[in-house]
Amino acid sequence: MSQPLLDIKGLVTAFPGRGGELRAVDELDLSLQPAEVLGLVGESGCGKSLTALSVLGLAPPPGRVRAGSIFFEGRDLLTLPEPELRQIRGARVSMVFQEPMTSLNPVFSVGRQVAELVAAHQDLPPAEAWARAVEMLGRVGVPEPAARARAYPHQLSGGLRQRVMIAMALILDPRLVMADEPTTALDVTIQAQILDLLRRLQQDSGVGVLLITHNLAVVAQMASRLAVMYTGRLVEEAPVAGLFAEPLHPYAAGLLACLPARAPRRGQRLPTIKGVVPPLDALPPGCKFSDRCPRAFAACREAEPDLVEVAPGRRVRCFLHHDQARQARRAA
Amino acid sequence: MIPTAETLVQAQGLSKHYRVGAGFLGSQRRTLQAVDQVDLEIRCGEVLGLVGESGCGKSTLGRLILRLTEPSAGKVLFEGRDVGGLDRGQLRALRRQMQIVFQDPMTSLNPRLTVGGILGEPFRIHGLAQGRAVERRVAELLEAVGLRPDHAGRYPHQFSGGQRQRIGIARALALRPKLVVADEPVSALDVSIQAQVMNLLLELREKFGLTYLLVAHDLTVVHHLADRIAVMYLGRVVEVAPAEGFDQPPMHPYSAALFHSAPIADPTRQTRPPALMGDVASPLAPPPGCRFHPRCPEAQEICHRQGPALREIAPGHLCACHFR
Ligand SMILES: Nc1ncnc2c1ncn2[C@@H]1O[C@H](COP(=O)(O)OP(=O)(O)OP(=O)(O)O)[C@@H](O)[C@H]1O
Ligand SMILES: Nc1ncnc2c1ncn2[C@@H]1O[C@H](COP(=O)(O)OP(=O)(O)O)[C@@H](O)[C@H]1O
Ligand code: SF4
Ligand code: SF4
Ligand SMILES: [Mg+2]
Ligand SMILES: [Mg+2]
Repeated sequence: MSQPLLDIKGLVTAFPGRGGELRAVDELDLSLQPAEVLGLVGESGCGKSLTALSVLGLAPPPGRVRAGSIFFEGRDLLTLPEPELRQIRGARVSMVFQEPMTSLNPVFSVGRQVAELVAAHQDLPPAEAWARAVEMLGRVGVPEPAARARAYPHQLSGGLRQRVMIAMALILDPRLVMADEPTTALDVTIQAQILDLLRRLQQDSGVGVLLITHNLAVVAQMASRLAVMYTGRLVEEAPVAGLFAEPLHPYAAGLLACLPARAPRRGQRLPTIKGVVPPLDALPPGCKFSDRCPRAFAACREAEPDLVEVAPGRRVRCFLHHDQARQARRAA
Repeated sequence: MIPTAETLVQAQGLSKHYRVGAGFLGSQRRTLQAVDQVDLEIRCGEVLGLVGESGCGKSTLGRLILRLTEPSAGKVLFEGRDVGGLDRGQLRALRRQMQIVFQDPMTSLNPRLTVGGILGEPFRIHGLAQGRAVERRVAELLEAVGLRPDHAGRYPHQFSGGQRQRIGIARALALRPKLVVADEPVSALDVSIQAQVMNLLLELREKFGLTYLLVAHDLTVVHHLADRIAVMYLGRVVEVAPAEGFDQPPMHPYSAALFHSAPIADPTRQTRPPALMGDVASPLAPPPGCRFHPRCPEAQEICHRQGPALREIAPGHLCACHFR
């Protein structure tokens, strides 16, 4: 395999808490190949957004990265001096957020905001930066881009605002885009348009995409690989096809089973995962899923299972699969 | 449409038009057609799903049916009686029969009251129980929605989103209503919790013989729970059909777009959304003719001029399109 585009190792992002630090991201290992679309899923509060924010050095204070490394194109972002980081942030690595209204500045036209981003990173005369902005707005499907560039964010629909955000994320030709719930706030027909746009732009430019969503159907359609997070940890990582065909971690299996679209019959009780995600200051001992897991046994409450490779490209954090992992190692 | 014995609610020509400010400093007043000339029947004991894009008028229609909003035109019959003709006492009695569950339980529950206080309120307001009897009824309600009687002493913020939705449902059930309008009851919840609440809705329907108008933008949720599905577009109902087989032709072109736009939770099958032109139109300036025509992949000349009526194209299948 080539050098990963993004290689996160042992990442810990924590908040100060009463009884010590609360690890919202805990010992996370995650890597993404160039031009790959990796889906990152899990219930809300599992640490998905914080993982992406940590990559950009934007963990919200008092939260901060406490340990680990984040290699991007071979350089550790956590040890890079600020000026070099600034060159990477927004240009080589960019982000698309769920709610574009809060990430766009309401008092400037959208064209100006896109153009200023270009001007900040590339030495271009203002007229040329503006022309580039208009061109990019056209590429992301904003109709009549020359006229719409003069519009203010509130004058655009949610779908158009999200297109503007995507234009800003892509205009500097990044190698990695992290999209955090990019279509969650949109209607389903507009979501389809935005997903189609992301797919086409990704294929044209070969940009790597970390697609964060709680919507497994979006991942099924967009990603080639999937990482499932629970309480700040990675619990399963697998090719999308394999995971949907046979989820190995009981949490991943539970998430898939409770989708109404996968119910065998309409109107029947859906399988559920009992209980809720525990707060960070009340995690169970041992496996963090043990208080909700339908397959938990005594050992699960004593120690936390490691994330082990059970097949090439497939890692699982569950004692049920440790034997399989051992066999796989022996066979190798 | 003629109401029958199995009709619980009948909306006839129901409209809600708002006068809103537009232009510089709101100097021009314009009409926003939130709901326009809707005929809709809700049958006793059914789950009627209501879907459509944001702003198409789903919540407004739900509120009109509950008489939480006064209609601009048209009427609502509840068990055959015109709700608009009732005096205050009669309306109050009717309110007990019809309740609502909201999307965001946090904003719909009074943060200063305990759960016991919230759930006891309906009994006290309607003079149905006092003192100890209220406590007993509250405990029953909590158990019915899968919470514990001792939760009565806690405040809404001490519960998770899913638990708060259970409290919202318990409050709606307090007076043993016949009709529950559930407006996006699971939209704010994670899939695992969503499944828990969907199961609860099914269970309670069985137990209390409820009728639901279920508003949701997630078609997989509606398709799973509903017996029939109504689709709205820009204030109008464009299709009503049984949920079983709803995603098969003949579908209204807009319903087809909704169904085929939803990503499929199966990587071996590819979503094929139809090419819809443009963005959702504004209810301030609904297009002439068929309101869907600027986006419709099948639009013909007639669609620009003439709006299609909602008519029965097969037994139990209503559709508003010239070509179905
Ligand atoms: N009080 C009001 N004054 C003016 N316009 C209103 C009012 N209430 C609703 N509207 C408008 O009526 C239309 C329908 O609104 P409604 O809330 O019924 O939509 P909805 O289908 O429930 O949408 P969502 O899926 O976003 O909840 C919208 O354009 C809305 O902005
Ligand atoms: N400012 C903060 N203070 C304390 N905890 C926080 C703060 N921001 C986020 N967290 C915690 O970090 C965890 C992960 O959050 P997040 O990454 O936003 O989750 P996700 O994106 O998966 O929904 C959650 O448990 C959340 O409560
Ligand atoms: S380790 Fe035990 S509790 Fe954890 S997921 Fe596996 S079986 Fe369940
Ligand atoms: S009437 Fe015409 S525009 Fe309207 S849905 Fe049918 S084909 Fe499309
Ligand atoms: Mg998040
Ligand atoms: Mg609504």
